[in-house]
Amino acid sequence: MTDTSTATSAGSPTETREPVLYSTDLVAGYIPGVNILNGCNIEAYPGELIGIIGPNGAGKSTFLKAVFGQVKVRGGSIHLKGEDITGLKADKLVAKGVAMVPQNNNVFPTLSIEENLEMGLFQRPKVFAERFDFVTTLFPELGSRRRQRAGSLSGGERQMVAMARALMMDPSVLLLDEPSAGLSPVRQDETFLRVHQINRAGVSVIMVEQNARRCLQICDRAYVLDQGKDAYTGTGRELLKDPKVTELYLGTLAADVDAKTKADREAL
Amino acid sequence: MSDTIVTHPLVIGEVGPGCKKVDPIVVADGVTRTFGGLKAVDVAHVEIPRGAITALIGPNGAGKTTFFNLLTGFDKPNTGEWSFEGHSLARVPAFKVARKGMIRTFQLTKSLGRLTVLQNMLLGATKQPGENIFTALIKPLWRTRETEITAKAEDLLARFKLDTKSEDYAASLSGGQRKLLEMARALMSDPVLVMLDEPMAGVNPALTQSLLGHIKELKSEGMSVLFVEHDMHMVRHISDWVIVMAEGKVVAEGPPETVMSDPAVIDAYLGAHHDTDLGDMMEDKNPVLEAQEAAATTAAQREGGH
Repeated sequence: MTDTSTATSAGSPTETREPVLYSTDLVAGYIPGVNILNGCNIEAYPGELIGIIGPNGAGKSTFLKAVFGQVKVRGGSIHLKGEDITGLKADKLVAKGVAMVPQNNNVFPTLSIEENLEMGLFQRPKVFAERFDFVTTLFPELGSRRRQRAGSLSGGERQMVAMARALMMDPSVLLLDEPSAGLSPVRQDETFLRVHQINRAGVSVIMVEQNARRCLQICDRAYVLDQGKDAYTGTGRELLKDPKVTELYLGTLAADVDAKTKADREAL
Repeated sequence: MSDTIVTHPLVIGEVGPGCKKVDPIVVADGVTRTFGGLKAVDVAHVEIPRGAITALIGPNGAGKTTFFNLLTGFDKPNTGEWSFEGHSLARVPAFKVARKGMIRTFQLTKSLGRLTVLQNMLLGATKQPGENIFTALIKPLWRTRETEITAKAEDLLARFKLDTKSEDYAASLSGGQRKLLEMARALMSDPVLVMLDEPMAGVNPALTQSLLGHIKELKSEGMSVLFVEHDMHMVRHISDWVIVMAEGKVVAEGPPETVMSDPAVIDAYLGAHHDTDLGDMMEDKNPVLEAQEAAATTAAQREGGH
């Protein structure tokens, strides 16, 4: 796929469409008097894959937690499909079609895979069979090992369970906090492709990632957060090429090493 | 590779899994650890070279962290012997291992949340006269050392971009910043061998780059480094030697270029696409859409059946 086809693919925003989720001047934090988010404006249009990258402590995870009602919002607002959802608790948000996969501790270790998936659907248990069929077609490994305890799974497998559980409610917006953290390179690539596929099947995705290059390669648009504000935004490709983003955030290590490897290979 | 003998300046004889090093700092023999029926670590023989940066890579669940835990006394092996600088370390508790100069960090950070960042750093330093109850009572006896280590801590915090946070509680740091604090704290004690468990996971790439420069400097001052990492750019850039583990065993080792072009390693660990752009790999075929259709079909069939 070339750059031009990426730009015209399903996710690109148009003037007429309303964002499915947007935050306006969002302020949030944990310790009294210290704000982690300082007026953060992020919007996601239907079907978009949004990446959020930024330096350590920039407020990336806090943004997701604020959207999902896990951090008290101190100012600004969050809207979902035109409705104000600021300060709503997680169970209400799940019912409205928002799902979140946290960074770690994201499965119930003493429950089996199947029970974990049931937990994702406890608000609508009647459709379990249908949704279970769907997620196990998507992640066949989970179907064949449905009785296995989630605590005995490896990091990559747990990530799969957590993502499958989030998809059980058929969400319209999926929030992912570092889905590739701690995974081996081949598992990371699989995860990114899977996220991309889920997105192309119609789920809007907002993904926080430290593996910024991979993230920018697959997302439609991305935001660079710095000190709790959205410092830059653009398509993934634009940000990958932006010298300021490289300096502030991406660094040149990956590009340097890739160039050297290529040169080494050609020399052989 | 079968008929040519591959050599390397760090190695005596032929390069291969378990090969002998010219100057090993750690030598491990027959180390095994089982969890229930699962053999998590089963290392027949491995040597870590001195004065070099060694990367330990391998798929999730290969036993890398367990091997770290065993070497540093945080876990007990079923069998096995290993030595550090010629002294046997098997069944030596973790705090004694650390005093001998083998310092490690953790994948999931262990900072003391109710202490400030600077206090966390000062804890990492050794030879503090104030730790003795009697000298602690007389300030002049420990003031010099205290000033010394504070200066050192501040310098390290500046390098790790934590200087603005030095008076904040460690609990208020973000995930990546805690990682940085732990690495900085490990360096407070001037270790002989520092073992880093996924040091750069969650650290932003631009900062990673400057820290790698710092690690290289430490190597030139004579420190040895062993680290577990999944970021192959970092492994390629910084390591002199790469050891690959899979299913608890050491399956390959060698200089980074060789190991990373080994088809077995690419197949099991790196993946065929590790240096291609994922944007170029998006296929028209979408298993998610297919799954949706399949689920819809089965649902329709189910309803038809009733």
